[in-house]
Amino acid sequence: MAAPVSERDQLAYIANQAADARVNLEFESEGMTLNMGPQHPATHGTLRILAKLDGEQVISCEPMPGYMHRGYEKLCEVRTYPQVTTLVNRIDWLGSFANEVPWILAAEKLMGIEAPPRAQHIRTILFELSRIGNIALFLGDLGIQLGGITVGFYAFRDREHVLNQVEAVTGGRFHPNFDRIGGLKDDLPKGWIAETKAAMVKVQKFCDQVEDLLIGNEIFQSRTRGIGVIPQHVAQSYGLSGANARGSGIDWDLRRDSCPPGLVYDKCDWTVWTHPDGDSFSRSWIRLQETREAAKIVDQLLDTIPSGPIMAKVPRIIKVPEGEAYVATENPLGEMGYYLVSKGDLYPFRVKIRSASFNNISIVPWLCKGVYVPDVISILASLYFILGDIDR
Amino acid sequence: MSASPLALVGSAPVLAGLDPPYWAATLIKVGVVALLVPTTALILGIVFLFKVMSWMQSRLGPQEAGPRGLLQLLADGAKFIQKQDIIPDAADRFVFKVAPMVVLISTFLLYVIIPAGPSVVVESLDTGVFFALAMSSISVIGILMAGWGSANKFALMSGIRAAGQLIAYELPMVLAVVGVVIQAGTMNLNGIIAAQADFKLFGVVPFPLFLLTQLPMFLVFLAAAQAELTQPPFDMPVAESELVGGYQVEYSGFRFLFFFMGEFATAFAFAALASVLFLGGWSLPFVASDSDFYTSTAFWLIGPVVLFTKIMLVSFLIFWFRFTYPRFREDQLQKVCWKYLIPICLVWVSFTAIAKVVW
Amino acid sequence: MRIPPIVSGEIPLSSVDAPPNAPDAPAEAAEPEPPRDAVREALLSRLTEEFGGEIVGSHIRVGDDLWVRVTREAWPAVAGVVSRRMKFRFFDFLSGLDWLPSPFGRDMDSQEDIAVQGTLPKELPPMVSGYAGGDTRFQVFARVYSLTDHIGITFKADLPDDDLSVGTWSTVYAGANWHERECWEMYGFTFTGHPYLKHLYLPGGFEGNPLRKDFPLLARRVKPWPGIVDVEPMPGVADEEGGD
Repeated sequence: MAAPVSERDQLAYIANQAADARVNLEFESEGMTLNMGPQHPATHGTLRILAKLDGEQVISCEPMPGYMHRGYEKLCEVRTYPQVTTLVNRIDWLGSFANEVPWILAAEKLMGIEAPPRAQHIRTILFELSRIGNIALFLGDLGIQLGGITVGFYAFRDREHVLNQVEAVTGGRFHPNFDRIGGLKDDLPKGWIAETKAAMVKVQKFCDQVEDLLIGNEIFQSRTRGIGVIPQHVAQSYGLSGANARGSGIDWDLRRDSCPPGLVYDKCDWTVWTHPDGDSFSRSWIRLQETREAAKIVDQLLDTIPSGPIMAKVPRIIKVPEGEAYVATENPLGEMGYYLVSKGDLYPFRVKIRSASFNNISIVPWLCKGVYVPDVISILASLYFILGDIDR
Repeated sequence: MSASPLALVGSAPVLAGLDPPYWAATLIKVGVVALLVPTTALILGIVFLFKVMSWMQSRLGPQEAGPRGLLQLLADGAKFIQKQDIIPDAADRFVFKVAPMVVLISTFLLYVIIPAGPSVVVESLDTGVFFALAMSSISVIGILMAGWGSANKFALMSGIRAAGQLIAYELPMVLAVVGVVIQAGTMNLNGIIAAQADFKLFGVVPFPLFLLTQLPMFLVFLAAAQAELTQPPFDMPVAESELVGGYQVEYSGFRFLFFFMGEFATAFAFAALASVLFLGGWSLPFVASDSDFYTSTAFWLIGPVVLFTKIMLVSFLIFWFRFTYPRFREDQLQKVCWKYLIPICLVWVSFTAIAKVVW
Repeated sequence: MRIPPIVSGEIPLSSVDAPPNAPDAPAEAAEPEPPRDAVREALLSRLTEEFGGEIVGSHIRVGDDLWVRVTREAWPAVAGVVSRRMKFRFFDFLSGLDWLPSPFGRDMDSQEDIAVQGTLPKELPPMVSGYAGGDTRFQVFARVYSLTDHIGITFKADLPDDDLSVGTWSTVYAGANWHERECWEMYGFTFTGHPYLKHLYLPGGFEGNPLRKDFPLLARRVKPWPGIVDVEPMPGVADEEGGD
């Protein structure tokens, strides 16, 4: 070693090491820094939340996504359109069919193709089934986060019914990869309609159980009422969508208000649920009601599936004409949209994926100021995000 | 010594016939307690944590180890014992190592006064209940030591929460017991059982349980026991989804086994206390306390069985709440304790005192 | 579908397009009237009122969407106006566009493209911008939505190559905070006035801006996609996952 190392150098070295190792440094000025994640039971995946605490109260809270960033938008630029369909299944992996739909609709819009009515119908049914699968898990997870673990098991048990139905049609429980530009890959198997109707009955029973066990429970209500209140204008400014927006009283549902052509929500009778409170309870409650509505929609649509072809006349090699299109649908997590820029090639030129959880979680720093640590858990659970959706 | 149970004082009357020297008697007692604690933890764990919990959550539970998975906990215990003893670098080594022992010692001491029969008891103290409550407070220190000594933010937060919660819930527990003591007129656990066996409602109607007259106290005692065990709905210190295990987070191997065993053995001990104080312990209903049946040798077996049944009933209640309810937030927990449980206790204690004098 | 030329006398309106599956409607008055989108045209004229010459391009797809291109200087003001005065309070997203055709193309997967569409062109196609025009390689674009009228507007702004900076929208739309951070790290745009322009997805100290077209997708340069069908194995590699 040449020159003697000064104390300043030593301190700088130590500081660098600490920064590299992401060690929790005790700031002398304020409180304690708590690092929740990336491995933590409360975050659905690898979300890291850096919280500065004063005792049990949060002074500042910063979510740090990116541990699961897979570079989807870059990947989409080198994949052909069917290959991208496989890719986007994995954004929101719990309601995976729902991710494919806006993508396919955007491509269909630019190509000027409309799927045949039968395909549109079944597409909507599968969309709602993925919604049920996704939100059933949310309800279970809500219980687990707050300590009532039994609900989690019931959720997994009853979600199996829905996943079985999805698997029967698409061949995949989690990543169906079933939507195609111009229609769907295959038709329904025999007996599927009756089985799905039976599954919907079980889903309704599950929703009643959850209401009894969790939503109606006094402890749950005291943990969630008044916690994490989001006023309407803040929700809009952050771009909160889905149940998070409706929980703040915004009466907006993309299925009803700007349903893209290709889904048949106008052919059945269902309601949009809103709640004026804007707290964690209202968001949870709305999702429970949405599950019931989804089961109702599936029930109605199953009775009215038109016959016909399952796929429109589409060229074998898909080249989408030049243009730009944005299609957004009401996914289980919120508004999910794809901004597709095409240059007429085999593959897209640019795809901007507008994922719901990205906006939903960006409100956490604002929302969690001055909140207790257990309430942070309750807020995160009620905001409901999937890491794949945040990180893409 | 075959006089009425109330007259029994001193230690382990069951050994009186053998008349061993003091050191031998002590060894036997220590050995019995040392065997009893893991065994009861095992039984409770297997029955409730695995089988009943699985049944409530509509799943099967462990099936592999032993017939229908009944030996799972033994396998777990063996696994834990042979694991590497890991101590975090920044941890305070002595405090970290000793903390589980402190918690376990408080459990051991609780078993000393639990009577399984009029003469089947390790030490029949006159200050029985008082001793039990005092010893159960020792575990608080152990938990605090674990939380601080782990050098982990989560453990520290958990330790602080635990300190607040456990100390707060001592009060409802003590007050719940006071009602029983007033009614029985003694703190000796065998004496309380005898008082229940002889109890007459309003001095007229024979009714062998304090459960009826002390029902609110029973419920308060159960709630306080739930909180002392840091079980849901009072498990903020160990809140899995937030604190990732709380004060136990840095523990692995046999140290974690001590915590685990301590939790279930203490649950058993509290359930035993509840059975003794409110459900009549080893006494059978409508058999008077000075009956010869109690002092017969057959009762050396029957007594423990009766007590065990009652313990299982109470444990079922404890664990049923554990699996069903979500958890309270810390300040809500404290509110429940100070604003609801303690006033109920105070009111009922005064009522009991008045009733005792009148009737 | 080519972008029709600008019709004189109707600047800044650059084009009004029928939906793709309707026949192309030329913009001369002699032909039968193309379908008009009154709502979006009203929005556009309102915007033109507010901003005048700052609007340098626009595009309407009838019944579907509205694109408006503004100057870089007007970009921050646009947010304020549409959110406060025009009730577009819902923030959808904000990101960037890089119009340079990728010099890497599909890299190793192009083998398949040759099989499909014949030999690939030797030269890169010229750089052409999308709807509402564009003069530069980089554009920042954002979309806002009105929850009462259920209409969205996509705004674009050109960014000159030598100065990739633009004003921030995060003072008006709080949600733009994270979107601008992502845009900064992916494209290298600087958002003046942004409170906390730090890495969101990428680890600190990451060099380069991944979503730019001249930043290669390394995965495709190193190894071909294992799911390729009917492609001969790479020379020198014995076991290749060729099938499926």
